[in-house]
Amino acid sequence: MSTAIAEVPVESRMHYLNASYGIKSWLFTTDHKRIALLYLGSITLMFFIGGAAAVMMRLHLIEPAGALVQPETYNKLFTMHGVIMVFFFLVPSIPATLGNFLVPMMIGARDLAFPRLNLLSWYVYITGGAITLYALISGGVDTGWTFYAPLSTHYVTTHVIATSLGVFINGFSSILTGLNFIVTIHKMRAPGMTWKRMPLFLWSMYATSVIFVLATPVIAIAMVLIGAERLLHVGIFDPAIGGDPVLFQHLFWFYSHPVVYIMILPGMGVVSELVTCFAKKKPFGYIFIAYSSLAIAMISFFVWGHHMFVSSQSVYAGFIFSALSFAVAIPSAIKVFNWTATLYKGSISYQAPMLYALGFIGLFTMGGLTGLFLASLATDVHLHDTYFVIAHFHYIMVGGAVMAYLGGIHFWWPKITGRLYHDGWARLAALVIFVGFNLTFFPQYMLGYLGMPRRYAVYPAEFQVLNVLSSAGASILGMGYLIPFVYLLWSIRYGPVAGSNPWGAKGLEWETPSPPPTDNFEETPRITEEPYGYAEPEHAHV
Amino acid sequence: MDHLYFFLTGLTLFFTFLIFATIFYFMIKYRRRSEQERPPATQQSLPLEISWIAIPSLICVFLFLWGASLFFAAARPPQGAMEIFVVGKQWMWHLQHPEGQREINQLHIPVDVPVRLTMTSEDVIHDFFVPAFRMKMDVLPGRYTSEWFQATKPGSYHLFCAQYCGTLHSGMTGTIEVMTPTDYAQWLRDNASTRSMAESGQELFTRLGCDTCHLADGSGAGPVLQGRFGKQVTLRDGQNLAMDEAYTRQAILDPASLPLPNYRPVMPTFRGQVSEEQILQLIAYIKSLGSGERTQVP
Ligand code: HEC
Ligand SMILES: [Cu+2]
Ligand SMILES: [Cu+2]
Repeated sequence: MSTAIAEVPVESRMHYLNASYGIKSWLFTTDHKRIALLYLGSITLMFFIGGAAAVMMRLHLIEPAGALVQPETYNKLFTMHGVIMVFFFLVPSIPATLGNFLVPMMIGARDLAFPRLNLLSWYVYITGGAITLYALISGGVDTGWTFYAPLSTHYVTTHVIATSLGVFINGFSSILTGLNFIVTIHKMRAPGMTWKRMPLFLWSMYATSVIFVLATPVIAIAMVLIGAERLLHVGIFDPAIGGDPVLFQHLFWFYSHPVVYIMILPGMGVVSELVTCFAKKKPFGYIFIAYSSLAIAMISFFVWGHHMFVSSQSVYAGFIFSALSFAVAIPSAIKVFNWTATLYKGSISYQAPMLYALGFIGLFTMGGLTGLFLASLATDVHLHDTYFVIAHFHYIMVGGAVMAYLGGIHFWWPKITGRLYHDGWARLAALVIFVGFNLTFFPQYMLGYLGMPRRYAVYPAEFQVLNVLSSAGASILGMGYLIPFVYLLWSIRYGPVAGSNPWGAKGLEWETPSPPPTDNFEETPRITEEPYGYAEPEHAHV
Repeated sequence: MDHLYFFLTGLTLFFTFLIFATIFYFMIKYRRRSEQERPPATQQSLPLEISWIAIPSLICVFLFLWGASLFFAAARPPQGAMEIFVVGKQWMWHLQHPEGQREINQLHIPVDVPVRLTMTSEDVIHDFFVPAFRMKMDVLPGRYTSEWFQATKPGSYHLFCAQYCGTLHSGMTGTIEVMTPTDYAQWLRDNASTRSMAESGQELFTRLGCDTCHLADGSGAGPVLQGRFGKQVTLRDGQNLAMDEAYTRQAILDPASLPLPNYRPVMPTFRGQVSEEQILQLIAYIKSLGSGERTQVP
């Protein structure tokens, strides 16, 4: 009964969720918080579709000869997994959900600079997503998410054009979101919110937005060229009429390397917030963490050639790309060291979001260090296009980005919904995910070193043990992802009321009620102090 | 390469352990004991920041140099390496020895001899990957790439296509049979082919009518090819190019793009009339006519 009593204040107060009802009020909303939820729903759907493809692949690989499907279908599965997870889940994940929700709140603004553009970007995403899903369901594509020419332009007979059209359209939603964030952060900061008083999450959002705006047009061009080549045989990638298939790889990776940082930078931003809050400490080296985000964004544009060391690119180009790839590792290392140092003499508690954050640091460290193997020319020659690479980037993208995403969702869930979920279940899920993840991907490092190439529907028998381990891990990981889905949904209805600041966190978003009113703040906040004032005595919250 | 690999593994373990140990230590030592607890303000430390920027940077410079120097060495095949010609097509490997033996998805080579592969593809991009030799290189349509290795132990080793190339990509595999010199000589004899690659090339040279223009005495409409391979060629626009495999291939498929001074551009294109394997045979023949640097085909 106590919950029923506690519910009353929430229901009686006006906030963005109960300000209006009905499907229209959602589909035509310009409220950044509602748009964030629209994104949350759609990317969750995409996540489970992409995840289902992964589960089928792992099941298939239990037997060397393939346990489940024909090679053709297997190829379609990994293409679908890659396309959906990269373009329709990881890229929008943190920016479009938490970013949308938090960027205005964290700077004390009422909305993003262009609220209608924000809604448009969701529709663009949905359109791109729908076209891609159509392509995948009505027969699939088997080019891999990398669409390498001339395979994609002249040889495969599957739905390449529809898929690349979907990816092309979806690119605009990234660009719009990026523009919106950049303008908002420049122009809409509340009085007193100087750049150096901004939460670190915003620095990472800003860096991410720069990549969105600068890199996405290039993938759009690459996709258009694929379509043009297939339909009109313009010959850009066709060596038979003087084209260059390697050119496609340059275009593709010019986007797709920075995109890795689109995925991980927001995660780093989230983790910076979580670590400070649950250690009750101002971040160690705030300015280093902030500027390293910008450094990463910048250098990330000049390392694409490390995907092409054995593509016939010149040896000297290889040198430059290798050196720069080592250079991009430094800012990431700076962050890891600073997070660790932030814990020093803290008051650390281990609620679920913190577990995700610590998981992130560990897995990201491993993913980052194994990246050095691939930045180093000689070792990359052996490891390139093997399972080592798969393991490496899953440590970054799943162990890193997805962990941070879940950590962020758990951290701001009470703010978003006004309800608390069950912390015990959440911790259990974090643990299951951590274990499942490592069991899935650690064996893949070994497979890669032993020489198993990626994208193999069948493989020599000697690789079976490690593959079976990996598949076992994947089933644990899959279960792990289902648990939060259940208890988070459950909490919306039955969870206890959260209050404005359940974690004792600092930051403007915690000074307004949960869920926040449509305009975020009763009155525009004024900022008079540095961020993360955990050492200062508690002051009263609204 | 393996030394570098194990060094990197050690480094990874070391730093992973360092970070994990520190975090666990802090996690236990500074766990929250009461809700009211208020930790001291964070101290900033510039020397600490600088040292954890500088130390990893130095390690990275070292790793870069190590990796790059190995890579550089691996990119340069030693003089006099045994040559093998590779054509990848969806989804098999065609290999040919200069002596004429052809193999599919299998390659027999002698131990302790450097082997240089000249590779091209009939269709999409493939990649010739032999994990045991730590070697891989993309195989591209319309271009020659090469890689070399020297096997140190007789045995059979996996050959994989490492670049995704369509439906049966994972079936595009084979074996490299490394044999002792005597076994290899025996194998060559057992599989002796009636014609060496150069001889097949010569046959094609006549059949396609190349010899009507390219006469040895210089009286034809085209340049003398004897003794020309490996030499510098000056094009009409003054550009200097070395006549290598790629140049020769281009001369056969797209002669108009390589106009020579003193010759009328009368050579027709042979695109569509010759397969990649036949081009390689033609090249072997032209090579056998004597070259600027090395003659190796009998
Ligand atoms: C109709 C005469 C003609 C025929 C037939 C011909 N060529 Fe040529 N070839 C030429 C001419 C002329 C050039 C000089 C390039 C130019 O200016 O276009 C040339 C150039 C070349 C070159 C470049 C030589 C250099 O030093 O740059 C090669 C290699 C070559 N031909 C090979 C062949 C082969 C192989 C065939 C048969 C498949 C062939 N040619 C058939 C006339 C001919
Ligand atoms: Cu990259
Ligand atoms: Cu292949």
